[in-house]
Amino acid sequence: MSNAAAPEATRLVGMIGFRDDPDGIITAAETVRDEGYEKWDCHTPYPVHGLDAAMGLKDTPMAYICLIAGGIGAGAAMLMQWWMSVVDYPVRIGGKPLFSWPAFVPITFEFFVLFAALATMGGLFVLCKLGRWHSPLHDTGVMEQVTSRRFGVVLQADDEKFTEDGAKALLEKAGCVDIQPLIEFVEEEA
Amino acid sequence: MNTPVPPPPPEGAVAEPPVEQKDELDLTPLVPPPLVAGGDENIPLQKIDDDINRPFESFPTKRWWIAFLAVQPLALFFLVAFVYTIGVGIGSWGNNQPVGWGWAITNFVFWIGIGHAGTLISAILYLLRQKWRTAIARFAEAMTLFAVICALQFPLVHTGRPWLAAYWLLPLPNSNDIWVNFRSPLLWDVVAVSTYGLVSLLFWFTGLLPDLAIARDRAKHRVRKLVYGFLSLGWTGSNRAWQHYEKAYLLFAGLATPLVLSVHSVVSFDFAVSIVPGWHTTIFPPYFVAGAIFSGFAMVATLIIILRKYFKLEHLITKDHLDVMNRIVIATSLMVGYAYAIEFFVAWYSGSQYERFAFVNRAMGPMAVWYWMMVACNVVIPQLLWFKKIRRTIKYLYPIVLLVNLGMWLERFVIIVISLTRDYLPTSWGSFAPSWVDVGLLVGSFGLFLTLLLLFVRFLPTISIAETKAVLPGNQPNGGHHE
Repeated sequence: MSNAAAPEATRLVGMIGFRDDPDGIITAAETVRDEGYEKWDCHTPYPVHGLDAAMGLKDTPMAYICLIAGGIGAGAAMLMQWWMSVVDYPVRIGGKPLFSWPAFVPITFEFFVLFAALATMGGLFVLCKLGRWHSPLHDTGVMEQVTSRRFGVVLQADDEKFTEDGAKALLEKAGCVDIQPLIEFVEEEA
Repeated sequence: MNTPVPPPPPEGAVAEPPVEQKDELDLTPLVPPPLVAGGDENIPLQKIDDDINRPFESFPTKRWWIAFLAVQPLALFFLVAFVYTIGVGIGSWGNNQPVGWGWAITNFVFWIGIGHAGTLISAILYLLRQKWRTAIARFAEAMTLFAVICALQFPLVHTGRPWLAAYWLLPLPNSNDIWVNFRSPLLWDVVAVSTYGLVSLLFWFTGLLPDLAIARDRAKHRVRKLVYGFLSLGWTGSNRAWQHYEKAYLLFAGLATPLVLSVHSVVSFDFAVSIVPGWHTTIFPPYFVAGAIFSGFAMVATLIIILRKYFKLEHLITKDHLDVMNRIVIATSLMVGYAYAIEFFVAWYSGSQYERFAFVNRAMGPMAVWYWMMVACNVVIPQLLWFKKIRRTIKYLYPIVLLVNLGMWLERFVIIVISLTRDYLPTSWGSFAPSWVDVGLLVGSFGLFLTLLLLFVRFLPTISIAETKAVLPGNQPNGGHHE
């Protein structure tokens, strides 16, 4: 199943192997991590607890994105209400001070949540690389397996350590089965 | 004396979760029930995909078409009443002096309340790590979204000319150079409800992502693959993505939780900040939130009982789930009942004759029949749920939850309309009778809601597949007890 005789219109983008149980993917991930691979990934049908540590991933910055955006939203809301009710067109209502800030709190809070939620969604797009419909996995039969029931380990060909045989050997060492190359069909040059 | 002696466990039986039964205490009521029927057995992951995807992969059944066509006249009724209102004006409603807020605002508060149970299930129970929520969270969140859509129609049409409403609902620059009044609860309400709708949509869509990817990978037809492929945004199940995804989901839950509490608090401010007797009370925010959860859970039960039967999902949405939901119904029923009682006490204790009159009028005035129907539906009848047999038997349970839905609509009607009919000045007292347009908007909003819901069950997975897989026994490393 090697791609030695692959036609010119294809390109080897990586090597995938499967494990069939959650404990297995943890061991496999630890093996690959300890080998020093940089560009690789695990694909699982659902989030597997402890896999982040087993892959040696850094903490996600999502919480900071959310908090900072929320702070900006709250600040902007208070500023907007102050400017509109005190500076631009002051109207005395119910004998209250123009800057009756406690009455501005509900909207300030809602803007915190609104900005934080939008930024979290935005962060999700950027960090999870959503909106890229062209992952080479989609054209192979493996995608259907990893979203449904199997746990895949993918070593990417653009990693410095990647060689076809080395990758295959590493996946075998990690206890993977059904090891196969991932081949992308590239458009022929005009 | 009566403590049953537990039988010795058979050889090789896997005790999951482990129960200490060394002493005389019988702890079985404290052990959470299994998440899916069948308990400890490992369900193959593929089977979960098959079960949840089957309903929207096959052609619509005759029963779906019958249900869908049956609700279309209702939805059409809504459209007619909506267009008629815009053409003729608010005068076509039963609203009058002094009842300036009639059915429309009643319906608005009712639908917003329905939505809240969805967020409670999807966000608050997620933060509390209640795994049983998984089976019903997706559906409840969809219900939230559709309920908010229905709710928004009412204030929108109540403005009379919705296309101009943006100028008095949002701080937009206009030719008068004046801004909206940020000190008004009505404006807080606009911001709170629209934020709520948007955040619910984002939360719901985030939860759907991995399941859309499953639908994409299972799709046989080109168009199907294209649509689900587009919607799933190229999701690959990569753990580098899962890491951010799980955090984002947690953050959404963390944002939605205070949001949902704030939304119904703000809705209650619409009343509490005014000076109408019967509205001007500090108990309103918690009272409204409890009522919202109460009515929302009743609505989830009403719909999900049909769904599980119809799509044969009884092994994923089990009677244990209904049981737990009924316990929440009874807890919130007691809270609502307590609020009814304390309102009367505070009215008496306040010494204000207007407050006292408002409540005497509520319970003994010309519209008292609605008040006592509300008490019966919300406080008296739900007490039957104390019986385990009733909580777990659908034919007993179903009428109860239907009555709770009715009772909670009546609660808003009682608060809004009865308080307005008789306030300070007896010469300005009045009454209220709905017109056909009012009826059309209320009945029709159910048509709109059910249409959206039927389309949802037709095209999207009604149970979160990835989440169900993640919480089932045996699907996490080291039996789920890592580190």
